[in-house]
Amino acid sequence: MIKSNSGIRKTDVINRRMFIIGAAKIIVFAGIVARLFSLQINENKKYLTLSDKNRIREWKLPPTRGNIVDYFGNVIAGNLKVYQLHIIPEQVENFNYLLVRLKNLLNLSEKKIAKIIKLKAELKPWDSIIVSENLSWSQFVKINNYLYDLVGVKPVMTISRNYPFKDVYTHILGYVSQPNEQEILDNQIIQERFVPGMKIGKLGLEKRLENHLIGKNAIQRYEVNAYGKRINQLEHQKGEQGSQIRLTVDTEIQKTCGELLNEKAGSISVMDIYTGDIIAMYSSPSYDPNLFLFGISQDEWQLIRNNPLKPLINKTLSGLYSPGSTIKPIVALSALENNVIDTKFKVKCTGKMELYGQTFHCWKEKGHGWVSLKNAMKQSCDTYFYEIARLLGVDRLNVTAEKFGLGKKVLGEYFENEKKGLFPNTKWKKNNLGRGWVLGETLITGIGQGYIQSTPLQLCMMTAQIANGGYAIKPKIIVDSNPLSYDDAKQSMESGLLFDSNSESLLDKKLFKDKNNIKIVQEAMFSSTNERFGTSYKSRIDDPKYQFAGKTGTAQVKRISKRERELDLELEQIPYKDRDHALYVAYGPYINPRYALSIIVEHGGSGSKTAAPIAKKLFKLIIDRHELRNKQSNFERITI
Amino acid sequence: MFQQNRLNNEITLFQKIKNLDYILLISVIFLSAISVFVMYSTDGGEILFHTKNHFLKLTVFFPLMIFVAFFNIKFWHNFSYIIYFLVIVLLIYVSFFGIKASGSQRWMDVYFFVLQPSELMKIAIIMCLAKYYHRLKIENVNSFTSITIVLSIILIPTIFVISQPDLGTSILIALSGLIILWLGGVKIKYFIYSFITFLISLPFIISFLKPYQKLRILTFLDPDRDPLGAGYQIIQSKIAIGSGGLDGKGFLKGTQSYLDFLPEKHTDFIFTLFSEEFGFIGSVGLLIIYSIIIFRIIRIGSISRSNFARLFCFGYAFAIFIYIVVNLSMVLGLLPIVGSPLPIMSYGGSSMLATMIGFGIVLSAKINHKQIIA
Repeated sequence: MIKSNSGIRKTDVINRRMFIIGAAKIIVFAGIVARLFSLQINENKKYLTLSDKNRIREWKLPPTRGNIVDYFGNVIAGNLKVYQLHIIPEQVENFNYLLVRLKNLLNLSEKKIAKIIKLKAELKPWDSIIVSENLSWSQFVKINNYLYDLVGVKPVMTISRNYPFKDVYTHILGYVSQPNEQEILDNQIIQERFVPGMKIGKLGLEKRLENHLIGKNAIQRYEVNAYGKRINQLEHQKGEQGSQIRLTVDTEIQKTCGELLNEKAGSISVMDIYTGDIIAMYSSPSYDPNLFLFGISQDEWQLIRNNPLKPLINKTLSGLYSPGSTIKPIVALSALENNVIDTKFKVKCTGKMELYGQTFHCWKEKGHGWVSLKNAMKQSCDTYFYEIARLLGVDRLNVTAEKFGLGKKVLGEYFENEKKGLFPNTKWKKNNLGRGWVLGETLITGIGQGYIQSTPLQLCMMTAQIANGGYAIKPKIIVDSNPLSYDDAKQSMESGLLFDSNSESLLDKKLFKDKNNIKIVQEAMFSSTNERFGTSYKSRIDDPKYQFAGKTGTAQVKRISKRERELDLELEQIPYKDRDHALYVAYGPYINPRYALSIIVEHGGSGSKTAAPIAKKLFKLIIDRHELRNKQSNFERITI
Repeated sequence: MFQQNRLNNEITLFQKIKNLDYILLISVIFLSAISVFVMYSTDGGEILFHTKNHFLKLTVFFPLMIFVAFFNIKFWHNFSYIIYFLVIVLLIYVSFFGIKASGSQRWMDVYFFVLQPSELMKIAIIMCLAKYYHRLKIENVNSFTSITIVLSIILIPTIFVISQPDLGTSILIALSGLIILWLGGVKIKYFIYSFITFLISLPFIISFLKPYQKLRILTFLDPDRDPLGAGYQIIQSKIAIGSGGLDGKGFLKGTQSYLDFLPEKHTDFIFTLFSEEFGFIGSVGLLIIYSIIIFRIIRIGSISRSNFARLFCFGYAFAIFIYIVVNLSMVLGLLPIVGSPLPIMSYGGSSMLATMIGFGIVLSAKINHKQIIA
């Protein structure tokens, strides 16, 4: 009885406690259902997105760069189909055998083989290894013939940058190559569009216009598994080629510039004197930018780097030269503008000028006798310009020179390697050298020596602005969306106002006080080329269609010692490094001028012997191309 | 007197079959069928290793369950202690000669399959304690001796399993044991006191945990601290479940599992895959099936005349409930990751064997619910 009672009591305890547990169970299950509800119903969208992010991966393909064309639409930086060889490690049956086969077929170096083995260890087995970036057609055919034996090898056709004119445009265009880490980090767009194997502009316009040229990636979406292996392709989004950039340059003229400066160090710039279009801008020697596309070999690089003529320097923009006598038109103009002299003003040249015990020599030892402005310019009499510089003072000269673009960047926004040069004044010397200006320095500034430094393009622009009647122009190398036509430019200049395409308003770009003064300088330059005893008389063209006016210059590289002056050595007898730079600036045709140019031949001796004859050869071509260029004006334009 | 005689008579096989609990049986069959399909999905929609083995195990263990059911509940009562000690012996065996895998030693090779004795202990401990409380006078339940004995019964296997190391299973064993103590009538205040003591000593216990176990707890508290390392499983599991939505991505279309983002999808995370493919509706449906099973087991317990059967059924129902709760909370990110399978659904022979034996004993209790055990 007791036992039975105890059993019943025990059963009661068990049942009661079971009830408590049962209630707890229901609550816990409800909690789990609530959690399921919150994850699957409330937050479904969030987790669905996360799940898609897990499984969908995008593969970007390298974007196709935009073409760069010259004024006539010739492609000067384009894209070329190249054949590449990829290995997909996971498909390879016997990696060592494959490497041996490829080594024999393509003559791969031991270093390259080691690199492939290293890459294989680093990459995922389904990522392809690029064995060769640029196979020749015969190699490509060879690989395709042996493909049955090369399991896991994939011949690929892809697109690569190509510069059809090789070294002709190197200093303008620059080149593309694989970006380094910093370059990727610095540019948001490159960062977004970067794909291994992609190339970016490293120099010149390729670099400057990267964001326009780069293009948009084609995108392939794949479903991937947890290890990143592609399972199947979901969609393909087409890419977009980068913008086409049209330059103002003329390939024919640019090429000829290269030929004229062959084996010489120097630069030629040609400019439209009204629109500021740069027709040619060649720095010699140049190098082939195509060499950099697939990584330049050490030997080739050393060859370029160690060339004493310094092909890596863009002499047109970063070469700083004393302008020598090519500055004289500006000195004359400044003196005229400041009423220091008039056309009747004469100086007697005895071959030298004494000042505070210092002797300043004219290039002609015997002297020119009494010379006026016209004769002084024609024969490039240094004594005359010493005298007018002395009368003028360096500060007034500086004002005129800077007005005409000396000491300022010409294309500053386009080329980061452009130098601004220097046109000194008394304040500059005080601030930078801490010493007072000496009158002797004014004298040598008057003949373009001393502190004064200019780039060839500055001299070209200076000449262009004298040629167009003394109006400011804005040189450019890219055909922009609202270019100034020749007629508009000329008309607005003659009315004294210039249409500015940037501010879209008419601006006063008059650089002179009296139009007549410009004319005097122009005439003086004309006589220098086209009259007897002119320094460039030998290089003249009599046909009025091609007739041009110019000014020679010979810039001393080092101070001429008394002994050397007495020796009067021939060019060949002087060591190359000590020879003078030959300069020439000119514009033409003399009647209705259109183009200005500047020529510099480093260590070329005298301007009249070396530089001026180049201008003669070039002008004919420039004027002949003029008709064609005029017809081309209404070519499609892009906005930069 | 007459009645007692009749009940003591052996029941015929026909009667046994007739007395089986068909609602429980059908639920188990239904769950088994679902588990085969889910396993088929984990194999990527092909009948591969896991699907074949899982199906094979079901076809062996399901008859085993019926076989177990046909033994009188008295038989199971009589052998409870022996079974408990046998499993203890197996635990000792594996701790010396067991197969090592992924850093723990918890398996033994029994030729046709690899047995994990700790899974069997989940059932054995319930049987052992049910028998103990069945025999214990209600007056002695809270005596010092009895409390000491039951705690030893729980602690011995628990310690063996912890040392394997296998925290998840040992917690489940301990909880299964404790619930019998609760049902047996151990004073509520003891539970409260020990719970408080547990909380106080928690930092001390944590200092004894293995580094990977500590990491799991840290990861649970903040899964994003190491999303590709320790937190990966839980994050991916939540993504899979969450992206399932109301009606799921569809059978064989769970991208998370199909593309291998889901770890351990055959075993501990089987519910995640199910939930991804069948969504909220499917998940709740699965919970309902489990609830039916639990409810039926409790019902069988409550109609049982013997306290052994009653305690076993209630205890086992709670154990099943705990397995489900621990597993689901884990995959839903409500609890730290402690390896614990989902009954029947998860791939794993020992777990299924233990579960089926448990159901068998429950069915035996049903068949013999009028049986009185002296």
